[in-house]
Amino acid sequence: MKVRVQSDDFDLAAELAGFGQAANTGATVTFTGLVRDDTGVLDCLEIEHYPGMCERAIAKIADEAAMRWALTDCLVIHRYGKLHVGEQIMMVATAGRHRVEAFEAAEYLMDYLKSRAPFWKKEISRDGTVAQWVSAKDSDEDALTRW
Amino acid sequence: MIDVVYFAWVRERIGLPSEQIETTAETVMDLVNELKAREERYDLAFADLESLRVAVDQELVDFDAPLAGVREVAFFPPMTGG
Repeated sequence: MKVRVQSDDFDLAAELAGFGQAANTGATVTFTGLVRDDTGVLDCLEIEHYPGMCERAIAKIADEAAMRWALTDCLVIHRYGKLHVGEQIMMVATAGRHRVEAFEAAEYLMDYLKSRAPFWKKEISRDGTVAQWVSAKDSDEDALTRW
Repeated sequence: MIDVVYFAWVRERIGLPSEQIETTAETVMDLVNELKAREERYDLAFADLESLRVAVDQELVDFDAPLAGVREVAFFPPMTGG
């Protein structure tokens, strides 16, 4: 079980090289979140975070997932700072005995990270004139009710 | 003495990332009311509590949470991780 909060980019292949090595692992699932531009004018996201609480909150969510789906391994990396369009924001990897456990645990992690991990995103436009906070969606909060 | 920390637009509205506050507030809500009474920028930042979240000692809590023994209180908008 590993949680990292960092400004540096990560190498997905390197992160997965030693992941889910337990003999009872039958499935691994990985998810990577990228900075997306829907408007054609986005330059970057500035991701603010709460040092300390981020690690604690994510570890709590990961522990819960590990217990609930009897995961054999779990990794969460979340970046902060200025991230440009196309850059990796975060990743989760889950390893379990079967694919259902690994997929469900990954979705659970993503749903909870969205509204319970203390990060805030600000969108900065290419010409620098627009800087606005991304607001939380009701649908993100609603997504938690399915768990 | 309590460390009070602000993030995202709450930090921008108050104009500070953190400050130390001498207070006798018994709950988070008491502290919010104390701050609102101080200056307009606090009143603006705390105008709509529905759009705010609070953590004490890095755990999410409700606004009626007690402050006894608490070292750090953080105010911020709903989180947008992932």
